[in-house]
Amino acid sequence: MTTQNIPVSNLDQYIAAFEGLEQNGAAQDPAWLRQLRLDAFHRFTELGFPTARRGNEEWKYTDVGPLAKTAFQSPASTAVPVLDFQSVQPFTYGGATGNRIVFVNGAYSESLSSVARHPESLTLAPFSQALSLDGDLVQRHLGKNADYKEQAFVALNTAFLHDGALVHVPEGAVVEEPVLILHLSADGKDTVTHPRTLVVAAKDSKVTILESYGGLADGAYFANAVTEIILEPGAEVRHYRMQRQSEQAYHVATTSVTLSEGSSYTSVALDMGGKLTRNNLNALVAGEGASCVLNGAYLVTGRQHVDNQVIIDHASPHTTSRELYKGVLDGRSQAVFHGSIIVQRGAQKVDAKQEDRNLLLSDHCEADTRPAFWIYADDVKCAHGASSGKLDDDALFYLKSRGLDEQEARSLLTKGFVHDITATIAHESIRAHTEAAVSGWLEKL
Amino acid sequence: MTTSNEVVQQAAAQEYKYGFITDIEAESTPPGLNEDIVRWISAKKEEPEWLLEWRLRALRHFLTLLEKEQLPAWANVSYPPINFQDIIYYSAPKSRPESLEEVDPEILETYRKLGISLDEQKLLAGVAVDAVFDSVSVATTFKTELAKQGIIFGSFSDAVREHPDLVRKYLGSVVPYTDNFYASLNAAVFTDGSFCYIPKGVRCPVDLTTYFRINAAGTGQFERTLIIADDDSYVSYLEGCSAPMRDENQLHAAVVELVTEENAEIKYSTIQNWYPGDANGKGGIYNFVTKRGRCEGRNSKISWTQVETGSAITWKYPSVILKGDNSIGEFYSVALTKGHQQADTGTKMVHIGKNTRSTIISKGISAEHAENTYRGQVKVMPNADNARNITRCDSLLIGDQCGAHTTPYVEVRNNSAKLEHEAYTSRVSEDQLFYCNQRGISLEDAQALVINGFCKEVFSKLPFEFAVEATRLLEVNLEGTVG
Amino acid sequence: MLEIKNLHASVGDVEILKGVNLSVNAGEVHAIMGPNGSGKSTLANALAGHANYKVTAGSVTFDGKDLLAQPPEQRARAGLFLSFQNPIEIPGVRLDHFLRAGLNAVNKSKGLEELDVLKFDRLIAKKVKVVEMDRAFARRAVNEGFSGGERKRSEILQMAVLEPKLAILDEPDSGLDVDALRVVSEGINELRSPERSLLLITHYQRILSYVVPDFIHIIVNGRFVRSGGKELALEIEAEGYDKYTEAAGAPAGE
Repeated sequence: MTTQNIPVSNLDQYIAAFEGLEQNGAAQDPAWLRQLRLDAFHRFTELGFPTARRGNEEWKYTDVGPLAKTAFQSPASTAVPVLDFQSVQPFTYGGATGNRIVFVNGAYSESLSSVARHPESLTLAPFSQALSLDGDLVQRHLGKNADYKEQAFVALNTAFLHDGALVHVPEGAVVEEPVLILHLSADGKDTVTHPRTLVVAAKDSKVTILESYGGLADGAYFANAVTEIILEPGAEVRHYRMQRQSEQAYHVATTSVTLSEGSSYTSVALDMGGKLTRNNLNALVAGEGASCVLNGAYLVTGRQHVDNQVIIDHASPHTTSRELYKGVLDGRSQAVFHGSIIVQRGAQKVDAKQEDRNLLLSDHCEADTRPAFWIYADDVKCAHGASSGKLDDDALFYLKSRGLDEQEARSLLTKGFVHDITATIAHESIRAHTEAAVSGWLEKL
Repeated sequence: MTTSNEVVQQAAAQEYKYGFITDIEAESTPPGLNEDIVRWISAKKEEPEWLLEWRLRALRHFLTLLEKEQLPAWANVSYPPINFQDIIYYSAPKSRPESLEEVDPEILETYRKLGISLDEQKLLAGVAVDAVFDSVSVATTFKTELAKQGIIFGSFSDAVREHPDLVRKYLGSVVPYTDNFYASLNAAVFTDGSFCYIPKGVRCPVDLTTYFRINAAGTGQFERTLIIADDDSYVSYLEGCSAPMRDENQLHAAVVELVTEENAEIKYSTIQNWYPGDANGKGGIYNFVTKRGRCEGRNSKISWTQVETGSAITWKYPSVILKGDNSIGEFYSVALTKGHQQADTGTKMVHIGKNTRSTIISKGISAEHAENTYRGQVKVMPNADNARNITRCDSLLIGDQCGAHTTPYVEVRNNSAKLEHEAYTSRVSEDQLFYCNQRGISLEDAQALVINGFCKEVFSKLPFEFAVEATRLLEVNLEGTVG
Repeated sequence: MLEIKNLHASVGDVEILKGVNLSVNAGEVHAIMGPNGSGKSTLANALAGHANYKVTAGSVTFDGKDLLAQPPEQRARAGLFLSFQNPIEIPGVRLDHFLRAGLNAVNKSKGLEELDVLKFDRLIAKKVKVVEMDRAFARRAVNEGFSGGERKRSEILQMAVLEPKLAILDEPDSGLDVDALRVVSEGINELRSPERSLLLITHYQRILSYVVPDFIHIIVNGRFVRSGGKELALEIEAEGYDKYTEAAGAPAGE
């Protein structure tokens, strides 16, 4: 598949920003990290931004032209506001967890965080600490899973990689309390942050990760996130994501997951914010017997645009994947779903299912769906399904005949439609919080 | 019990049956593509000025695309670059026959070998045949009988001379010369093809058939077919293709345009059996074809059924523009690839009118080292209220060295639309084979039986004779590649 | 007709049959009863030649010839029929077309006339009555969307068309309601003849009150632990398999 790109138009500014990073303390980073940044920056200047022009099937429906043209600045370090926990609570899945790490404008907020360093159960630390204390571990995995050589936004993030979150769960450890990673943008116009997260779940460990993105300021800021998750043999990771950027924001997020033998990964993603959102979720199912469940809901209205690209690469035999994405579209919004299931040569006995369902509430929205297979092994079971349509008239009538008004009936049915996704969240309080967020969104329609 | 894999490995290559070369005198242009060649072709065919101008515009557009290297790159196929200056763009049997008796006996023999009879007996069987040999139409049967009902069926060249207004009105109206790279090339150099017009209120009493044959070496075939079904009319049209075995790759870049007016219906069936190349992937036809229909009138219907077993590479998306309210588009396809064949085929359904409906059933079979891709697009435009689409695209893999791919695009801009897309992959299971074996059926017959069952939904849409041929063709092609 | 001597068979690495001996003469009906996992289906599949059921020791002769040396289709053509416990779907393939292919393969191997479409149509129209179905039933795709009862009837219909010498019926009664059980049983009885032998595999006694066997064998943990006449079924009905399983240890898996 070819990737056609447009060159970086305001290259001088990117060079200045890259040099500025070193002056802002990044020069003290270890040599390998500085080299990684340099390689990634070079690659970014070569790749440029992807274009929606003919032939680039990965970006066919999403135009990042406006984003490419804007000269985003790093938020000034003096601009980090002093926040109390109360003001960020809406983005914390209820805020109950004691394992949390918070970044504001890309900088680690010690006051809002509650990190952990328990060698036998959990390490949760900002890179600023982890690079010295867990240097080998970080070096072994960082940048190895998210491909900066081919993906422009990963290259850009990696070029500006300085702080971020490390989650390490040692062999056999079971972390009961979920781990929250929160990235907030509090500086509005034309600023950019590059949130970075690294999760390493060692052999037979278990952990639940909450990843949350939110905006505290209006304006066209840009969050360009990269998350790498490594599951060693037998590990089990549940990963719940919520994106509630502010109305004018650009949100581009790449999540790269590598699954070893017998590991299992579950992801439930909810996208509600941002003017333009693009999520890339890449799961490399690399070990025999590994399985993943990737679910997601996207709720868009006004002129919002959301694009989910999910690639599941079955590189080993006897692996399974289940994927269900659902979209609710209102106003003049546009939602894109592009799911690819790849079954590599020799990966026999793969069992993969993929579904995308869209509910179109208004006359002016657009849903573009592309569920694809690329299959190179014969003894496999792969199926996909897609559908688009409005609320069922018979169901509406049924509810009205039970006394609900139009608005109530529509809201109830829409909630039910999204429920298939939220119901797959195993933790009760997280599920309840997610469902409340969905209800809140629906009430505003 | 022998497993299917073992059978694949034991198998010897099945010979291509239609690979003979016919020794006839032909008139050809030198290889190459420029304005002179296009003018020569146009003059040879005694075309009116407007058509020459249209060709020249197409040529200029094509050369611009070629210069900018804007060749279609999105298909999941790979092949070395084609030198468009090496191709002979016109090759024709020297003597143009006036009636069946004058047709070169070698050509008639060729068609006999292909199992196509041009004689009266066949006509009684209810098939009118137009045969295109290399670039020109050599014989059209049954023409006078059809003419009595006002049906025009014959070579494109004849139609340009005899019905210039009709040709001018519809030519390029569905596939403009700017549509895509190969459509531009075709518009510049197309040599012949079939033309068909069904007048208002007429139900064509017989299936109309065109057989295409590439014979001469180094030639490309660029035929153009135009079928118009006027108000309240119906026609069933059949198309078959074959080519000799040659080591070189030959280019076939055809364009087919269909138009249905109010309440009209066109049923278009294809069996494509161009030479696929040898067991090592040498030679074979590059089949880069643009087929599209437009349901212009209300309540009209266009149905494509294709069985694709041939060609080294197939690049083809028979499509329907559903413009008229309540119009219907259908696509039924079986694509079988084996050896080193590559197929990237599917359809586009563009819903523009209200209450438009489309159905897509695609069955891809991939064996040996072949790559088989379904690529489809269903598009619902903002005014297409109550549009409906049902899509099913299934793949069957035979052996562990082939590839089967599915890449549909579903674009919805109207919330009253209802679209359902389902796809799955499978293989002939050991348990199915054992079940057949237990009833006394051999492994080889069991494979054929199960694969035929897989294709049933599509075969059942073919006219009876074609269905029989399709079943046989599938068996012949699978012989030696599966049990 | 059928002579099984010291038959051992495995699925994967697990030995399921641990030395089965059985002799069946023409016209006899033998019932094989046993608890789940005792090896009943393994015996059926090993005799029919399923690749997943490997014979590791012993011999089987059918009409005096070595059965185990033959591929499955040859066993079928020699007159061995298996009514499957869970027959598989073959989408798009009509049952009558499927059966004609089977019957003609059998006939051809015997040097008999192959039936054309019309002759076969007459035959199938007659045979569907054996299982109280109409002609349209045979026009449906093989087992596709069939209910449990329809699947069993389809198996018996196939037996009626192929007219085997030996029919192995692997739980033809499982999942059937009383009416369907009666139809299937009557179908089987109709096909009983002095030339045809039946091996009727079942978990329950109830079908044996419709299809009365000449002999009953109790199989537990891969071995016949007891053989006797039809009265054995009533004993099982009253007492269950417990006393046999306790004596034989844990079941071996089906």
